[in-house]
Amino acid sequence: MRKLALSDEILLKIDKSARYIGNEVNSVMKDSSKVDVRFAMCFPDVYEIGMSHLGMQILYHMFNKREDVWCERVFSPWTDLDKVMREEQAPLFALESQDPVKDFDFLGITIQYEMCYTNILQILDLSQMPLLAKERGEEYPIVIGGGPCAYNPEPLADFFDLFYIGEGETSYDALFDAYRANRKAGGTKEDFLLMAANIPGIYVPAFYDVSYKEDGTIASFKPNRPGVPETVQKQVVIDMEEGYRAIEAPVVPFIKATQDRVTLEIQRGCIRGCRFCQAGMIYRPTRERNVESLKQAARNMLKSTGHEEISLSSLSSSDYSELKELVTFLIDEFKEDGVNISLPSLRIDSFALDVMSKVQDIRKSSLTFAPEAGSQRLRDVINKGLTEEDILKGAGDAFRGGWNRVKLYFMLGLPTETEDDMKGIAHLAERIAEEYYEIPKDQRNGKVQIVVSTSFFVPKPFTPFQWASMYREEDFIAKAKVVKEEIRAQLNQRSIKYNWHEPDVTILEGFLARGDRRCGQVIKAAYEKGALYDAWSESFRYDIWKEAFKETDVDLDYYTLRERSTDEILPWDFIDAGVSKKFLIREWDQAKNEIVTPNCRQKCSGCGVKRYGGGVCCEGQN
Amino acid sequence: MEEVCAVKVRIKFEKLGAMKFIGHLDTMRYFQKAIRRAGLPIAYSGGYSPHMIMSFAAPLGVGTTSLGEYFDMELTETVPTTEIANRLNAAMVEGFRVLSARQVEDGKASKAMSLVAAADYLVEFRDGKEPDVEWRTKIQEFLDQPEILVTKKTKRSEKQVNIRPYIYKMELQGEKIFLKLASASANYTKPEMVTDTFFAWLGTELAPFAYMVQRLEVYGDVGEENAPVFVSLEAMGEEVE
Repeated sequence: MRKLALSDEILLKIDKSARYIGNEVNSVMKDSSKVDVRFAMCFPDVYEIGMSHLGMQILYHMFNKREDVWCERVFSPWTDLDKVMREEQAPLFALESQDPVKDFDFLGITIQYEMCYTNILQILDLSQMPLLAKERGEEYPIVIGGGPCAYNPEPLADFFDLFYIGEGETSYDALFDAYRANRKAGGTKEDFLLMAANIPGIYVPAFYDVSYKEDGTIASFKPNRPGVPETVQKQVVIDMEEGYRAIEAPVVPFIKATQDRVTLEIQRGCIRGCRFCQAGMIYRPTRERNVESLKQAARNMLKSTGHEEISLSSLSSSDYSELKELVTFLIDEFKEDGVNISLPSLRIDSFALDVMSKVQDIRKSSLTFAPEAGSQRLRDVINKGLTEEDILKGAGDAFRGGWNRVKLYFMLGLPTETEDDMKGIAHLAERIAEEYYEIPKDQRNGKVQIVVSTSFFVPKPFTPFQWASMYREEDFIAKAKVVKEEIRAQLNQRSIKYNWHEPDVTILEGFLARGDRRCGQVIKAAYEKGALYDAWSESFRYDIWKEAFKETDVDLDYYTLRERSTDEILPWDFIDAGVSKKFLIREWDQAKNEIVTPNCRQKCSGCGVKRYGGGVCCEGQN
Repeated sequence: MEEVCAVKVRIKFEKLGAMKFIGHLDTMRYFQKAIRRAGLPIAYSGGYSPHMIMSFAAPLGVGTTSLGEYFDMELTETVPTTEIANRLNAAMVEGFRVLSARQVEDGKASKAMSLVAAADYLVEFRDGKEPDVEWRTKIQEFLDQPEILVTKKTKRSEKQVNIRPYIYKMELQGEKIFLKLASASANYTKPEMVTDTFFAWLGTELAPFAYMVQRLEVYGDVGEENAPVFVSLEAMGEEVE
């Protein structure tokens, strides 16, 4: 029997101890003495969240296919265990071998959202490793970060040895080979980092120096030694057949993960080009997977996991060209075996309604629309193609089909937003309600329930809105109040429920998303003062962060309220994310002029990604 | 889904090592997925979210290992019982092992949960946690008491219960305490309660986590009232080829 890192006494007094014992179906055990590279792959949040992440499962299986590598998993201990581990000085361990993380060759951390940054420091700290990369000697693992937040790694630059920019499938083999070669040659950590800096997609923050102008903006950002490239190019899987590492057997948690199901990735990228959306820019070009491979993958994964649900994953499923064939196959093949089919991110049209009526209980399910902005003017600014007509038609058809619940998602604080745009949210909800009550009473299903949710807009790197300013906390609250009061003034206000997010987390997220190297000290100070699990509203403490800003003398407003000029050097400019700066500037101008840019299938917008030579950019050219 | 003629099958399995930290509901989920991986022709309830027709015998607390856990399930067709066990074992992880599959008679009365009458346990002290008191020779004296009163707390009240009739057997086995305890829903008696009461009677309060408990077997009662005849749940079913 495997020996666990934690004693029975500890495991019996903490909540959900199954988070920490490993041994799940399809987890990979190897003999640690027979591998050359031990990789601890970490999702810096609680187990149930991390185990729901597709990217981690892909890399886990890809790494473990190599005989010389053993990749294991690490998650953030929940606050109860965090306390015990500190008291007992128990080192953080990986789930499979239960061995301490500090004894591994690599600690890889996937960075999916800004609010996990203090959890990253918790991982280093509980692993009993110095937080700062420069204080970690030869004996410590190489700490590497990846995921969407690595597109602006600068606030985390002090804590990491390496960042991987882009999709993991392409360069990890070269990185492992370099690591082995360097060790064989008796090289140091620095020797390895120099080799790594020349692998496509790898960024070594210690090899770059930043200087600042008097106004605080960046004066220069340059390699500080020869042999280090000026720009780092994001990595993309071009051939979604050859280059894609399909998972055959995902790990199956014992406890219920947030996504307790098979996730089938049908495509990467999105053709739509919404101007606020980072994923829509950094995952370009849009690349579809072959429908026959997807059918096989669905079969394999359902069989190997025993999951009773399968979900399609993509940024916009309706744009997948073989969607009808795939969904029909899934229903025909698996519905009789008690498999639920979940179809997120579907545009509501007659096909979607037909499919939804087959796979869901209409009485219990709701329709989801994400107009993002309340007026057509502002939807043009953000390049969200959805029109009011589309929404009302989709909702009307659905109501006649028996649905009576609608969820609407919007953002407040978008560039150029006026009070009319905010009020437009209430008016759109009202018109949806009216659409419902136009149906004769005997043909509708009781009262309509409309839930309006707003979040506050956060400008992200590599989007056309990367230069935009954010708002102060009180301004955000005032915006939500405008929406709330306008909803209350509508005829059908009793059918409309309004939820909004607290603005404090948003402001911090904005700070971290567009921060530079000077922001790392704030994260460290906040962590040292007790900030942890900031993504969880029950543990988020804005007061701690406020203290951290005061102590480090970093001006939050400088990062959030300032509209950047397009000739400013941005902290992430050294990354070539595929989309060109010229394109982003053009889109920023088009936004201000309220001009819509067609989607990638309608007309190429010349974003710069075509040079990767794949996906939607090359459709119909063979 | 149309109604099909169901075959009821009883599975006996063991839960050892780190798997003792998997709670009852998660153990059920684990077996639901294992049955699907094994490709057994399990019967589902109808509706939009169909679920497997399964019934677990006696929930096992987190931290307790077991050599004799049970659940019943319904299959839509007959499968040889050794094949059921083999196919499930091919879908297990270390710590879970299917010990047998038995076909049982259908009908509500045979639901695993409602059959349970008694269970066997072994109680073992952790290294260095054994109390410094002579207890091995005192078990019979403990049992010879006319009543053994414990306080049972419910949400509303506390009441004194005599658990002596529910201790069917208590004896020393090597260095461990063997217990055969009543386990029907009306008289379910926890091994921890008996052990703690015994040592309290000796005047010792045990340290937290002083001992480990393993369940050995679960029984149904095929005897008359006041003359119980305990038969393991496994033995109530038959092998089918």
